[in-house]
Amino acid sequence: MGISKRRGRTPSLDAVAGNGLINRRALLGQGIALAGAMGVGGATGAAAEPLKDEAWSLEVGATTPPLQTPSRFEKEVVRALSNPKGEFRTSHARTPHQLLNGAITPNPLHFTIIHAGIPDIDPAQHKLVIHGMVKQPLEFTLETLSRYPLVTRTHFVECAGNSAGMFSNEPIQAPAGLIHGLVSCAEWTGVPLSVLLDEAGIDPAAKWLVAEGADAHFLDRSVPVKKAYDDAMVAIYQNGERLMPGNGYPMRLLLPGYQGNMNVKFLRRLKAVDQPSYTYFETKNYSQILPGGKTWRFHFLMEVKSFITYPSFGHHLKEPGFYAISGVAYSGTGRIAKVLVSADGGKSWGEAALQTPIHDKAFTRFVMPWRWDGQPAVLLSRAWDEAGNAQPLRADFVAQRGETKKPVATPLAFPNQHYNSITSWGVDSKGEVKHVYA
Amino acid sequence: MSTRNIIAVCVLALAFGAGAAHAQSAPSPAPKLGKPITENDIKDWDIAVLPNGNGLPAGQGTPQEGAKIFAEKCSACHGDSAKGGVAPFYPALVGGAPLTNGIETQKTIANYYAYATTIFDYIRRAMPFNGSRTLTDNETYALTAYILSLNKLIGENDVMDAKTLPQVKMPNRDNFILPYPDRI
Repeated sequence: MGISKRRGRTPSLDAVAGNGLINRRALLGQGIALAGAMGVGGATGAAAEPLKDEAWSLEVGATTPPLQTPSRFEKEVVRALSNPKGEFRTSHARTPHQLLNGAITPNPLHFTIIHAGIPDIDPAQHKLVIHGMVKQPLEFTLETLSRYPLVTRTHFVECAGNSAGMFSNEPIQAPAGLIHGLVSCAEWTGVPLSVLLDEAGIDPAAKWLVAEGADAHFLDRSVPVKKAYDDAMVAIYQNGERLMPGNGYPMRLLLPGYQGNMNVKFLRRLKAVDQPSYTYFETKNYSQILPGGKTWRFHFLMEVKSFITYPSFGHHLKEPGFYAISGVAYSGTGRIAKVLVSADGGKSWGEAALQTPIHDKAFTRFVMPWRWDGQPAVLLSRAWDEAGNAQPLRADFVAQRGETKKPVATPLAFPNQHYNSITSWGVDSKGEVKHVYA
Repeated sequence: MSTRNIIAVCVLALAFGAGAAHAQSAPSPAPKLGKPITENDIKDWDIAVLPNGNGLPAGQGTPQEGAKIFAEKCSACHGDSAKGGVAPFYPALVGGAPLTNGIETQKTIANYYAYATTIFDYIRRAMPFNGSRTLTDNETYALTAYILSLNKLIGENDVMDAKTLPQVKMPNRDNFILPYPDRI
């Protein structure tokens, strides 16, 4: 604690911005810092009942299962479904960010979007072919891909329609997971796509790959060969185990930082071609209307973004005192360099602590110590990536990308795409948290 | 050590550094475990269609033929004459407001799609929802023709086939811009 000695006082008590934000250096010496913060917040030292052994400690516990599932007390930690009855339409399942922490999304809670049901693929029968403008068309199986030297990298995958409700002209009241739940982050293991393309001998005139899945819609997207040779992989493991069925079992395309829909699941075919196919999804859903009526296509990139997961909508702060504001930041253009947090609606900002390691195109968890004084507060986060891109302020973003004319009725709607601006949570004097625009 | 020598050492260090990183990410020799096949082996899977017509199969269809198939296999979700079913899940395939109406304007074939080949490609791979790949190529051309005709993008008697479909002029085609041209 060299800094505190030089300054001659406890760093935890340093206000770094308005409305109770504390210098993140307080987190370096957690014990002292937290004790100090609690003291100022009015720690409750009331006499407690003497501690007794609980029932679960006094009997032998449950039998060990082969596959662990979360505690029965965690039943509410599930994904929010858009189509629970499996009607003939797309099914979205959103990650409950308001109930999670860390930087890795557990596999059962990874978001999924499925357009024609989850295919029941036999991995021994599934095939991936590479053909088109190549010297030698090739066929791969899960077994042959598994024999390649595999690479492991941590990356977020985000639907281009994630946070679409934020285009609403009035703030949607919904938990962080319903608003921002179409992004998750996992450790993916697979074969670099460049290795497979080199093996097939791709024609230099081939600028695109049409990637196609083995689902009942044969979902396809055009992918620039440039991205394929940059950092794309055919992923066959997700957080150390085979892919979840909804995440593309047994193999998927992984294009770090690009629209989730391009990361084609159940990957069965890559056709090298000289022009994009203008598939349904790149033509309609994942192309967007700008204010004034022009339209963007081949947006691809999921731009720098962050949102606070705690405290967020639906949380209740029980008493004034110390809280650690926490959230995730990520960028399709690289590593997160900095996250600023405000507790006064953006009037003043303090720099949050970033949890390490900070991976390329991956969730970075940020933490900001905060002493809530019991008065209304508005919490914001804003991220920068290593390329210097800043998460846009809402006013600037809306000026460029627009907002709806009428309030959006449900967080399940998709009024537009590629929202990466700021999310603000308003804490009232009772400690209830609502979604606000600041 | 002169400035030039220092620079030379730095450049060498960078070169070796980059070389080591490359060796790590692309192990050599390549395993080469892909099984050689021919385009003929992939024929039934090769359903990708390009805007220039590459990949379109033989066959043809007219709006009148398509109307019958649509009533039988499509209107349950998409509504009579493709006017839309239960909103917002089965939106209209016809009409559409000008895109200057706002960012949430409903995208339709007439007001949005850049190429008519997209319609054929998507119907062939994904429709009907509970029976993808059950339509013949003639039926797919007919449905494509019917939808284009409802959108007044072709005439009521125009025949759609591998030659005519790529030539359909789509109103919004030149309205698209690329936010990241250097990524292509």
